[in-house]
Amino acid sequence: MRVPLSWLADYVDLPGDATPESVMAELVKVGLEEEGSHGFGVTGPVVVGQVLEFTPEEQSNGKTIRWCQIRVAAAGEKAADGGEDVRGIVCGASNFEVGDKVVVCLPGAVLPGDFHIAPRSTYGHISDGMMASARELNLNDDHAGIIRLQELGLDPKVGSDALEILNLHETAAEVNVTPDRGYCFSMRGIAREYAHATGADFRDPKSNAHIEGGHGFPLNIDDQAPIRGRRGTDRFVLRVVKGVDVSRPTPAWMVARLKLAGMRSVSLVVDITNYVMLELGQPTHAYDLDKITGGLTVRRAKPGETLKTLDGQTRKLDEEDLLITDESGPIGLAGVMGGEATEVTSTTKDVLIEAAHFEPITIARSARRHRLPSEASKRYERGVDPLMPDNAAARVVQLLEVHAGGAADSLGAEFKDLQPIPAIWLPANFAQELVGVDYTADEIDKVLREVGCVVASVDGGYEVIPPSWRPDLTHKTDLVEEIARINGYDRIPSRLPVAPPGRGLTTKQKRRRAVLSALAGSGHVEVLTYPFISEAQNQLFSVGQPSVKLANALQAEFGEMRTTILPGLIEAARRNFSRGLTDLAIFEEGSVFLPAKHITSTGKLPVGNQLPSAADLATLNATIPAQPSRLAALFTGDRVAQGVGVRSQPVSYQDAIQAAKFVAHSVGLEVTLRQASPKGFHPGRTAELLVGSDLVSIGFAGELDPNLTAANDLPRRVAALELDLEVLFAAAPEIIQAGFIGTFPAATQDLSLVVASDIPAGEVLAVIREGAADLLEQVALVDDYRGENVEAGHKSLTFALRFRAGDRTLTQAEASESRDRAVELANQKFGATLRA
Amino acid sequence: MSAENPITQTAVDAAVAQALSLIAAATDLAGLKASRANSVGDQSEIAQLNGLVKNIPNEFKAAAGAMIGKARGQLNAAFATREAELFAVEEAAKLAAEAVDVTAAASPSKLGARHPLSLLQDQISDVFVGMGWEIAEGPELENEWFNFDALNFDEDHPARAMQDTFFVEPVESHLVLRTHTSPVQVRSMLDRELPIYVLCPGRVYRTDELDATHTPVFHQVEGLAIDKGLTMADLRGTLEHFARIMFGADAQIRLRPSFFPFTEPSAELDVWHPGAKGGARWVEWGGCGMVNPNVLMAAGIDPEIYSGFAFGMGIERTLMFRNDVRDMHDMVESDVRFSEQFGVSL
Repeated sequence: MRVPLSWLADYVDLPGDATPESVMAELVKVGLEEEGSHGFGVTGPVVVGQVLEFTPEEQSNGKTIRWCQIRVAAAGEKAADGGEDVRGIVCGASNFEVGDKVVVCLPGAVLPGDFHIAPRSTYGHISDGMMASARELNLNDDHAGIIRLQELGLDPKVGSDALEILNLHETAAEVNVTPDRGYCFSMRGIAREYAHATGADFRDPKSNAHIEGGHGFPLNIDDQAPIRGRRGTDRFVLRVVKGVDVSRPTPAWMVARLKLAGMRSVSLVVDITNYVMLELGQPTHAYDLDKITGGLTVRRAKPGETLKTLDGQTRKLDEEDLLITDESGPIGLAGVMGGEATEVTSTTKDVLIEAAHFEPITIARSARRHRLPSEASKRYERGVDPLMPDNAAARVVQLLEVHAGGAADSLGAEFKDLQPIPAIWLPANFAQELVGVDYTADEIDKVLREVGCVVASVDGGYEVIPPSWRPDLTHKTDLVEEIARINGYDRIPSRLPVAPPGRGLTTKQKRRRAVLSALAGSGHVEVLTYPFISEAQNQLFSVGQPSVKLANALQAEFGEMRTTILPGLIEAARRNFSRGLTDLAIFEEGSVFLPAKHITSTGKLPVGNQLPSAADLATLNATIPAQPSRLAALFTGDRVAQGVGVRSQPVSYQDAIQAAKFVAHSVGLEVTLRQASPKGFHPGRTAELLVGSDLVSIGFAGELDPNLTAANDLPRRVAALELDLEVLFAAAPEIIQAGFIGTFPAATQDLSLVVASDIPAGEVLAVIREGAADLLEQVALVDDYRGENVEAGHKSLTFALRFRAGDRTLTQAEASESRDRAVELANQKFGATLRA
Repeated sequence: MSAENPITQTAVDAAVAQALSLIAAATDLAGLKASRANSVGDQSEIAQLNGLVKNIPNEFKAAAGAMIGKARGQLNAAFATREAELFAVEEAAKLAAEAVDVTAAASPSKLGARHPLSLLQDQISDVFVGMGWEIAEGPELENEWFNFDALNFDEDHPARAMQDTFFVEPVESHLVLRTHTSPVQVRSMLDRELPIYVLCPGRVYRTDELDATHTPVFHQVEGLAIDKGLTMADLRGTLEHFARIMFGADAQIRLRPSFFPFTEPSAELDVWHPGAKGGARWVEWGGCGMVNPNVLMAAGIDPEIYSGFAFGMGIERTLMFRNDVRDMHDMVESDVRFSEQFGVSL
């Protein structure tokens, strides 16, 4: 809401040196956040001039300019810039005559856009100033010609300050109005709040005009389909003003105020209705009385009805839309926008004024349905004072009489079906209990009266009837907020509550941290990517998985929620590559979105302010797709960078597998690998990751399909992993149990076994472990040799074994015996032989 | 019987002198060892003299043995001393030869990094866990009831339109990307026993285009306390404690009246940030208030018995002014340099 300071000052005392900033600083105390200040941006000598003579001069470019002599000061006196009283000015406009009074920007003036006026040589003359159009002064968009002051109804003295006359010195403060404070979309509301903030006296503009009821105009309120049982209107006032001269200009002060308040000056009648709306918060509408057929009926739309609104669009009406109709049909969408057919135009003589109170939900839905968030609907949605329509209508009548030469007519109508505002019971100590400030009875009483409540002290508390303009005050906590904010939040003391003993992080939360720390501590860099990806990306790594599609994605291409994390990491890698960062080990932990089937519509939601049944809650929860937590990592370039004494090592499937092992180890698990070829991965360089004694699959690690990496501008070798943390965590031990740490000397032996090439080393290793049994403390594969001295189609796997007994020093003979059992079992299972 | 005694003091001294000169002549450990047999070993003069002892008359044996024993002790000590000297010289030479330019050390591996947004959420969680609060989580893709209705956003409430929500196709599925972590508060109230002190960090979504200060995907942390007798003073105390841990002992907080559907009274929260780049100043930090009775009722909690407070702030925004991150793009573009500059702490 923009608040011109002079307008605010009409209803509340401002200090003489008030600025938009000082006004905002006060308003923020009561909850109106500062948004910024506004002015016209015109400074310097801008004066009233009079055209003495001009000569049209046709130019070679086909344009005709006028070389004018303009009086800018009384004869013999210095002009405002200290220069001569008559100036030669070149003007491109041709809408003026000799004798016209105009606005002259003299050298030294600065116009919006940091446009400095100075004498300049143009079209063969020295142009010593500029005659301004309305647009050049930021007044409105009119640039068809220069301002002729008589068109604004003005005849000021030559040489006088045009900024003063046009109110261009005025400034405005802009504050943000929260949705509960509809009444603050008016000078009336802001002035009241300013009074609350400063203690200054508030003068209610409600009584600016004297109310005289009209009668005799046929009006029928016929709402057959109230929404939630609430009638579309409970107050409707019609007044008629006859003999309006719509050709008259809007007064300059009104144009300036409207402009500063953020509204364009349109025409006198429209400007007056807008002015009254800004002043009182009550939207009104003006019809051309002659274009109305018969009386008015307010009703809901019928199937198939349409209305051409003021913006020229024909709108298909919905049966929930509340309409103003006459005998010809719909003539306005109530509280949102009027119809074109009954619009006030340049031929209008008699005006019918409507001021009504409409039900907020009806207006909100119509505005949203027709995408018509108008100034009127914005106010009705948030609640307009239902006691204001007759005041607002009277104010419009008054301004039309004063500025448009109209005469109030007795014709009009009134409908009133207002319900009394229910009282709120406020226990005496409730404010203290909720805010923690020991407010006195006087403080509570004073604030509530100041905001406009009717307060009755009753034993143990207060019966409070909120004011008509505060539909947001419905509960005792709402009253407490008024008491707290107007007394100042600064009074709230500080006290640290003591929570009952907590249980710390959950096991899952601790495990998540362990995983992230393990990866970050082992050289991996965490990134966070957007989970919005394309349909094609979602299919890179999965088959037949339904996805969640957004109805209003920011970029249509990336309109799905991820079902895997890797596509996001591929994009991240691509961006890093584009910045010359090619050695990457990045990872991300986050949710993926896995609907069990395609998402469909569901029924109506339960109401918000009561506990749904257990069955309803279960139904709600069942609509929500699974969102398991996943971990993915991606590797490119070199794992080890070239350095002094260090050779670079490129990344490979091993990095992905190693990272997966770290992740599992960080929660107390070991990974078992199984050769696999999932979609999107290299078919020969990828492992399925299995954990726990029953070998549950948690995901895959290996290298990406080189075709996929090429398609994404990445090098051929990209290693990656993606695993399901939920499954991993489910397999992890709650508490890791210690093993026996033997301290007797160990015996170490190497073992080379020859097996067929296609036998996985991991399985051979498992069999060695099984065969060597308890004495074997550790076994590691240290070499895979193929070639000379090894039979074709075979490989020699070398294992380093460490044996230890818990209770004695092991002899080499015992170690060898254990090893031989391992060899024997490997021979039985895989035909393995000891390498000669 | 009168026999000659060849083991005279002169002979022993000569043998010692011969051996000492051999020991002294060795210039390295290998030379010392090579001449060992001749200096103190089997071939040495002192060993030869010793070999004669058995042939001399008995009456001389004791004196000769003592003389030779003393000489041998002297020679062994001299040998050991020389050995130690030479070892030290050789070790010094070895160490000198092994010296490297330490400033040229390579980095065969690197410390990785957490994303600062992820780290900051953990740090904030730790503050509250330290106060006995627990960390609650919930789904990012939510049913509208949890995101709006249960939070006192009526179907037609203007604030509901204000939220810039991402909806799921079809819209009648009532699924939305949560616009705040408040649905986790609702779930906490439904699932947990009273009293409740929970912190809800997590990822949220609004339909803002990415620019220097906005991102459609961001993170929030919200706190919720429901207990008997909680007031706005408890809210202020909690926020002050939190602010001091995050921004230093001189941090302060300021509350300004505001509006949120799920709290009443409501406030905007500013923090006095003593370490702000360019000087200490007030910074808008988040929103807070006393939990609206309608929200308590939606969760089946009797607002006549319990009251509560809630607060929330953006993690991105907090990181921006706490760690002087200038541009939102840095937080969302996955440039590894951004995470790496923080490593594993903030």
